[in-house]
Amino acid sequence: MIHTLLLVALALFSLSIAITLYRVIKGPTMPDRAIALDTIGVNLLSAIAIVSIVLQTKAYLEAILILGILAFIGTIAFTKYIERGVVIERKSDR
Amino acid sequence: MKINDVILRTVTKAVIFIILTLGVYLFFAGHHSPGGGFIGGLVLASAIVLLYLANDIETVHKGLPFNFKKVAAIGVLLATGTAMVSIFFNRPFLTQVATYIELPLLGKTSFSSVTLFEAGVALTVVGTVVTIILSISEEE
Repeated sequence: MIHTLLLVALALFSLSIAITLYRVIKGPTMPDRAIALDTIGVNLLSAIAIVSIVLQTKAYLEAILILGILAFIGTIAFTKYIERGVVIERKSDR
Repeated sequence: MKINDVILRTVTKAVIFIILTLGVYLFFAGHHSPGGGFIGGLVLASAIVLLYLANDIETVHKGLPFNFKKVAAIGVLLATGTAMVSIFFNRPFLTQVATYIELPLLGKTSFSSVTLFEAGVALTVVGTVVTIILSISEEE
């Protein structure tokens, strides 16, 4: 029973990633694409967690953590580029 | 132009310690499980890149006064140095040794020379990744 439930959840996560990919390609504005990429990262992370439950292993936990960190840093870099046009500033003007 | 990014700075102060802890854990976990010098170095480099994103280059250089090209060079020197030591003992290149030592507080602890080699790999990866990201994000 729980196994079927996990497989259904995995299929729904794949569907969600496919729908979000449509938003990445179509997305009218750049902030839409940045948020869609962040959502893909979170969905992928959840899918990896479900795969690790299905396979009954702890080997994917580091992959989940690293994916979360990289999605976070990537979103920050995208938003900084959209807002200011430069990713890393030479000298801040505050 | 002043942009208020107090949320980013506050979140960065908390998250940077989590990322650094994960990097050090992955570095030491590499002996028996997924991880190792390369992955640990990449995670540590991503922590430094997050510092550069939240602040700016001059502020971070004030706190971390390293030339990252020299860090990469020291890492390569350490890795090849520990690999070459085995030549002087009539063993093949890159031979590593491991032993158990009784420590007073920790008990039986395993020591191996692979850790020094992996430290060299981690320093190389940190230096190279930070140098690449700083040079491709130059404004000019």
